[in-house]
Parts: sequence; C-alpha cells; structure tokens
Amino acid sequence: MMLIECPWCGPRDQSEFRCGGEAHIVRPTDSEGMSDAEWADYVFMRKNPKGIHHERWFHAHGCRRWFNMTRDTVSDRILAVYKVGETSPVGDGAAAEAGAEASK
Amino acid sequence: MSRYSIFTLARNALTNHENWTEAWRSPEPRPDYDVIIVGGGGHGLATAYYLAAEHGITNVAVVEKGWIGGGNTGRNTTIVRSNYLYDASAGLYEHALKLWEGLTQELNFNVMFSQRGVMNLAHDHHEARDLKRRVNANRLNGIDSEWLDRQQVLDFCPILNRDPAIRYPVYGATLQRRAGTARHDAVAWGYARGADARGVDIIQNCEVTGLDIQGGRITGVETTRGRIGAKKVGVVVAGHASVLAAMAGLRLPIDSHPLQALVSEPIKPVMDTVVMSNAVHAYCSQSDKGEMVIGAGIDLYNSYSQRGSFDVIEETLVAICEMFPILSRLSMMRQWGGVVDVCPDASPIISKTPIGGLYLNCGWGTGGFKATPGSGHVFAHTIARDEPHPINAPFALDRFASGALVAEHGAAAVAH
Ligand SMILES: Cc1cc2nc3c(=O)[nH]c(=O)nc-3n(C[C@H](O)[C@H](O)[C@H](O)COP(=O)(O)OP(=O)(O)OC[C@H]3O[C@@H](n4cnc5c(N)ncnc54)[C@H](O)[C@@H]3O)c2cc1C
Ligand SMILES: [Zn+2]
Repeated sequence: MMLIECPWCGPRDQSEFRCGGEAHIVRPTDSEGMSDAEWADYVFMRKNPKGIHHERWFHAHGCRRWFNMTRDTVSDRILAVYKVGETSPVGDGAAAEAGAEASK
Repeated sequence: MSRYSIFTLARNALTNHENWTEAWRSPEPRPDYDVIIVGGGGHGLATAYYLAAEHGITNVAVVEKGWIGGGNTGRNTTIVRSNYLYDASAGLYEHALKLWEGLTQELNFNVMFSQRGVMNLAHDHHEARDLKRRVNANRLNGIDSEWLDRQQVLDFCPILNRDPAIRYPVYGATLQRRAGTARHDAVAWGYARGADARGVDIIQNCEVTGLDIQGGRITGVETTRGRIGAKKVGVVVAGHASVLAAMAGLRLPIDSHPLQALVSEPIKPVMDTVVMSNAVHAYCSQSDKGEMVIGAGIDLYNSYSQRGSFDVIEETLVAICEMFPILSRLSMMRQWGGVVDVCPDASPIISKTPIGGLYLNCGWGTGGFKATPGSGHVFAHTIARDEPHPINAPFALDRFASGALVAEHGAAAVAH
C-alpha cells in the first residue's frame, strides 16, 4: 500500500486514487497522414519499464484532480509527484541509473 | 527417463524414497542451440517439450532466470476452462483443454487435472443475458456449457449464500463441467522432465540480459552465464515481456500489473467445484489439502514488485464473505503476488516479430495457466515452421495495427 502525496490535498491512502497509466503520451497532430502502424504505436504500445515510470494518477475519492507521478516499478517507491503539464524532476539520468539498478 | 508407475513407487518405498533419480539434468549451457526458449514457466517448458516431441527439434535450451515454475506458473490459482466468447479464443483454449484431458498420460506425470466444473455466477437479469449469450456461443463452438437457474446453482454448490436480500444474490450461473483445476508445479515439472528426456537442456539461474540481433535476425542471447548462440529464440517471460522486447528495440501493447491470491487454513471438504463472480470480482475453490484458494484482482498501477496492495485483498475478501458466509471465520494462511502481462484486448500474443527468428508468447495476463499445453503446442509449431498454427494465427502482434482485436474482457478480465 502506497502513501501518495496529492499536490492539492497532501498525503493520502492509495485506495483514494486511480492510476491512469503512462504519462506524457502526446496525441499526434498529423492524424490523417498516419499509417496504421503509427496509430497502433500511439493507441496501444507502452513503455512498461522495469524501473522508473512516469504515470498519471487521479484523486478519485478526494479533490478529483489528475496529476503525474514518477515511481520505481520494482520497489514501488514514489520518487516525485508533479502537476499536469510539468516535466518530472526525476531526469533521464536518474531514470537510466535506476533502470540499471533494476535490471541487476 | 525412468518411467513412473505403481511398481517404481513400491520399489522406492522399500528404500525410504531415497533413491529416486533426478527428474531432469542441470547441464552447463552449450555454446549454440537451434532454439533457445527464454523463460522456464509452464508455457516455455511446454514449448520446448512440443518442439522435441512433435517437431523433432531437440537441440533446445530453456533459459530461466530463477527456478522453473517460480513465476506466475507457481503463483496462480490453477483454474482451467475454455468457455471464452469468440471463435478464435474458443479454438485456442479448447485446444488446450483437450490436451489437459490426456496430459497426465502423455507426460507420465500426475498433473492432478480435476474436472470439477467451473461456475460463473450471475447476480441479475442483465448479467444472466450476457452469460447466456456466452453459453450459446460456446455450444456453437462445440464447448460444453450450460445455464443453471438459481435453485440448480444452490444445489450444485450448497455453501453459496441463499439469502435473496443480499446486495449480490445468486441469480443463476453458467457451468462448464469439463473445466476445473490442476496442480501448477506438476505441470512445470512434468513438461521439464519430458523435454529433458528428449534432449532439451533446462538451464536455471541464468537471466537473459540482452538479445543479439544482426542484420534483422536473432543470433543469440546474452546471459548472466555468458553468451549463448541460437538460430531461433522464443521469448515466454509473462510479466517481463516488455523488458525482453525492449532488448530487441520493440514496444508491446502490454502493461505489467501485480495480481494476488491467498489461501486459508485447511478445512474439511466443503466445495467440490470452482465458483467465480465477475460482478463482485472474486473466485474460490478448495485444494486437495483443504485450503480455500481465493483469487483477487489486479492492482491498476504497473509494477514488477511481485506484491500488491492490501485494499485489493480486502475488497476480494468482503465479496468472498458475502458469497460464502461459512468461510467468514477462516484465517488466511498465505498471500502472494505475481506480475501479469495485461494486453488491451484481454487476449494473448503468440506471434512472429519483425526480427527474423525471434518469436513472442505473452499477454496472457491473469488467465494463461489454463492455456499452458495449447500455448506451448501452437508456439512450438510457430517456431518450428516459422509460421503460425491456424489456431494462433488470430493472435499475432499485427492485430493492434489491423484492428482485428479479440476482445475477451467478458470471459477473461475478471475470471481467471
Ligand atoms: C495470483 C495469480 C492467479 C492466477 N490464476 C490463474 C488461474 O486461475 N487460471 C489461469 O488460467 N491463469 C491464472 N493466472 C495466470 C497464469 O499464472 C499465467 O498466465 C501463466 O502461468 C503464465 O505462464 P508463463 O509460463 O507464460 O509465465 P511464468 O510462469 O511467469 O514464466 C515466465 C518465466 O520467465 C522468467 N524470466 C523473466 N525474465 C527472464 C529473463 N530475462 N531471463 C530468463 N528468464 C526470465 C521468469 O522467472 C519466469 O519463471 C494467475 C496468475 C496469478 C499471478
Ligand atoms: Zn487531491
């Protein structure tokens, strides 16, 4: 069970939240020019990393607002919570490091 | 391989069972194989077995990072059934169920397949209509399936809650009598022993850390015990599918989630079938040792931690206590989790890949144990012939681009 720090409400039990999956998936703008394979990549394909994951969460039984979280999917440790539209303070360097750690 | 029989059992009893020979060897990896199977779960071991037994390909290694059957194969609640909605799924899961029916004989290893029936409960009129549709679809595909009304359900499983005033009263159920349970470890061990006897090397404590690809073709794998060359590689690693795919530069439509189960203290026989309910998200059976085996749902976040959250278990047990008031005072003895590979259409991927000689078997999510023999059988065909068996052709990776999904959420999303 995780204790999640909602950017608006503070620390709350994980059972108040819903996870919305991978964050920062950008809707393609050239939708008419896209191939089926490119659509499949956007709609279905996911990183699903063993290690650092940037993901969306929803405070369903609280303020009902969405936000982003960076979490290590091996230890379930929460590394950062940040608002929609922001980039994760946990950079790619850290992600690569934790990835190497995770694959040990 | 020495055959097991009543006579070998008696003979070994005379020497206090101290002289049984090991069921498979533990060889050092050779420098090269015709086929390497990555992942020593039931599906990987079955694949190796059928490569040797049906296709005469015996220069094969199964490479497992831990111990065989220690992944989801050894963590699942062992429900076996084939009552899926669509023709493609019916073909795949019924193929597996037919193989289950002869598996103990085929492997000369008791997989304790017990056709005790599986009931899927309906709690209201709408759910009943949906389930009856599935009964009809099953029967059109030659799969045994019946509809039981409320009284028939209560007669078939007397410990179900008869109170009509509860939040989710029993309304009716589907019943597949040929469905049931099996011994999870025995399936892994039986296939391992059969594959080993035909020349397959089973290499445990050997993690694949990279895939060698040259000019668009696989040439081998990097492991914690050095490089091993291979003409073909089949990846069958369940929750780790995306990790292995990333080594080949591929992205998959898969998210890895925790899935939990738990067993109670053992009690006298009270339930000789399997009961599942999609609406309350819980299912239960009784093991031969007397434990009530209870399956929970997935945690909705991605995780490789092999453990889930307490609230998921709490929700499941609330449902179990309402469905079976007789169980409400039992202590739970053990609880554990696995990492399941969930696909958006709740169907597996058994497929060639854009890389020559690299094949993928994953996406079984919460319900692949039942498919173990069938999955291994058609995947071996796919690897041996470099083309899918007609049964797994609909389960190719390119269905996510073509749109020909096999959406089995009704039959697979909750029920395992
Ligand atoms: C709690 C729970 C309950 C379930 N209940 C049911 C049920 O009732 N009925 C049903 O049909 N299904 C059920 N399932 C699903 C079922 O267990 C799986 O779909 C099935 O066992 C998958 O088998 P597998 O051989 O593909 O995977 P696994 O048994 O997980 O085998 C994959 C193997 O790959 C290995 N591996 C991973 N990465 C590497 C690497 N880099 N190098 C080498 N090896 C690697 C792992 O160690 C593992 O042993 C349940 C699952 C869980 C977790
Ligand atoms: Zn909030």
